Amino acid sequence: MTDSAGVLVLAETEGGVLSPTAAELLTAGRSLAEGLGLPISLGVAGSDAGTATQEAASLGVQQVYAAEDGILSDDKPELLLEAWAQICRQTNPDVVLIARTMAGRDLAPRLAVRLGVGLAQDCLEVRVDADSGRMVAHRPVYGGNAMAAVVCNGTPQMACVRPKAYEPMEADESQQAEVVPVSLSLDESMAKVKLVERVAEESEGVRLESAKIVVAGGRGLGSSEPFKDLEVIAGLLGAGIGASRAAVDAGWVPPSWQIGLTGKTITPDLYITVAISGASQHMAGCSGSKVIVAVNKDAEANIFKEARYGVVGDWEKALPSFTETLRELLG
Amino acid sequence: MSLKIIVLAKQVIDPEMPRSAFQVDRENRRVMTPPTLPPVVNGFDENAVEAALRIKDSQAAEITVISMGQSFALDVMKKPLSMGADSLVLLQDDAFVNTVDSFGVARALTAAVRKLGSFDLIIAGRQASDWDNAQAPLAVAEMLNLPSVTIGRKVEVGDGRVTVERQMPEGTEIVEAPMPALVTVSNELGQPRYPTLRGIMAATRKQPTVWSLEDLGLDAGELAPQVETVDLYVPVTETDCEFIIGEDDADAGRLLALKLREAKLV
Repeated sequence: MTDSAGVLVLAETEGGVLSPTAAELLTAGRSLAEGLGLPISLGVAGSDAGTATQEAASLGVQQVYAAEDGILSDDKPELLLEAWAQICRQTNPDVVLIARTMAGRDLAPRLAVRLGVGLAQDCLEVRVDADSGRMVAHRPVYGGNAMAAVVCNGTPQMACVRPKAYEPMEADESQQAEVVPVSLSLDESMAKVKLVERVAEESEGVRLESAKIVVAGGRGLGSSEPFKDLEVIAGLLGAGIGASRAAVDAGWVPPSWQIGLTGKTITPDLYITVAISGASQHMAGCSGSKVIVAVNKDAEANIFKEARYGVVGDWEKALPSFTETLRELLG
Repeated sequence: MSLKIIVLAKQVIDPEMPRSAFQVDRENRRVMTPPTLPPVVNGFDENAVEAALRIKDSQAAEITVISMGQSFALDVMKKPLSMGADSLVLLQDDAFVNTVDSFGVARALTAAVRKLGSFDLIIAGRQASDWDNAQAPLAVAEMLNLPSVTIGRKVEVGDGRVTVERQMPEGTEIVEAPMPALVTVSNELGQPRYPTLRGIMAATRKQPTVWSLEDLGLDAGELAPQVETVDLYVPVTETDCEFIIGEDDADAGRLLALKLREAKLV
């Protein structure tokens, strides 16, 4: 294989099926491919890549590079890393896109070093600069206080793109990409990190990342107790419940509730914040919300700069009537 | 035998500074801060120092902190020493300008780790609060061919292995790796300890080892950026907030619910 794979999306799989982030990367990848006049392709690796390959074939790519090896497993990221490196070496891509998932953000920097190139990490947008014909990646820095536009000098140019930054590419069953098998050379000794145990946290309620409505509380709530009131509101609205880092660090709620730069990224239609000041750390995880509502006693709080509706006041007084009115409206 | 732990720590602009003090010098693609605002040790790197100290609390260990930069506020960078770390190595050179990317930084850190000789464990913060790349530690691991585990909330060492409890989106995960290994840690690890008076006194007497580019056996070409920042700007947010005003706060809460209904949001 000496032809270039053009823009190559390296897709993750979850239990044998394509991760939803793959279709998002393809939306980003297609505009790059058009701008650069290159083909677009997708690489997928797994112990059984059949299902994922089929899914990928109808997502508007020219080629699907399918790498299968029985020793690949979700528990062994180092094998996936080496599989991705081998796919890249065999397909000579000009651009490589990876999703900044838990796995992707760990694998991408190591892959870049392994291929001898740089990486634009945690990108919200990737574009083509018409003058230079290079990819320009826009990424939040300084906790979201600033944005940097960065260019990768080597080949392939690599970017790790934040999930939900792009709408997913729609599948079109009438399209069928060429499936090109890639042979891998992997062995167990490459997997040094071993999974000992996974403990799922008890979670009733709605998943934050996919919730249409999210309710969250911050430092200003003062203790874990008021989160019970937020849970009532979340229950009425069928909403997910979250918190700012301050509330998590204070131990009021579990770490899995954290929304922000180092927590979860949410993109709901409605995001109701109570006693959250809206530090850039937090906004980095919720700026994709369609409508933000803020209840905060500080009129100068940053959250009001990004909120559509705001109440400047004491949450202890505003919440009970808010909840009661919601109950009447929805009852 | 005493365990050898290396902690990677970065000096950064204080992320808790007032937003009004944050200014971008777009022409030079850098962030300007008032001269009165002292830098800090990156918060997650303080968690890394704490993780190393917790290991040292239960077994013989020697902790070396490495930091890289063009210049340092020595009193700030001595904080890990006053917390209880044993020694500090500063990689300081005029060539370490802010255009050096994560991969150049990793090359210099890797050279310093090699120069120090043998080690068992490298611990770093999950990311730095300035560029938020979360890639220099991983690049170091790749350059040294070490297993890496990220976002640890608990790090334990025994029988030549490191066991890490990781914070995952839907729970926790426990993984282990043979040492030498590299681990990054997150704020879920818990509050870093405060320096004791005795620690502060001891740190005052300790002098850092300072290594230049030449000491590391590198030339400036090896630090040439693979990722270049071509623009740095403050994103524009253009939401006009509609403030809901009632007779009192309770009334405002009621009106807010009605407003959300009117806007068909609930």
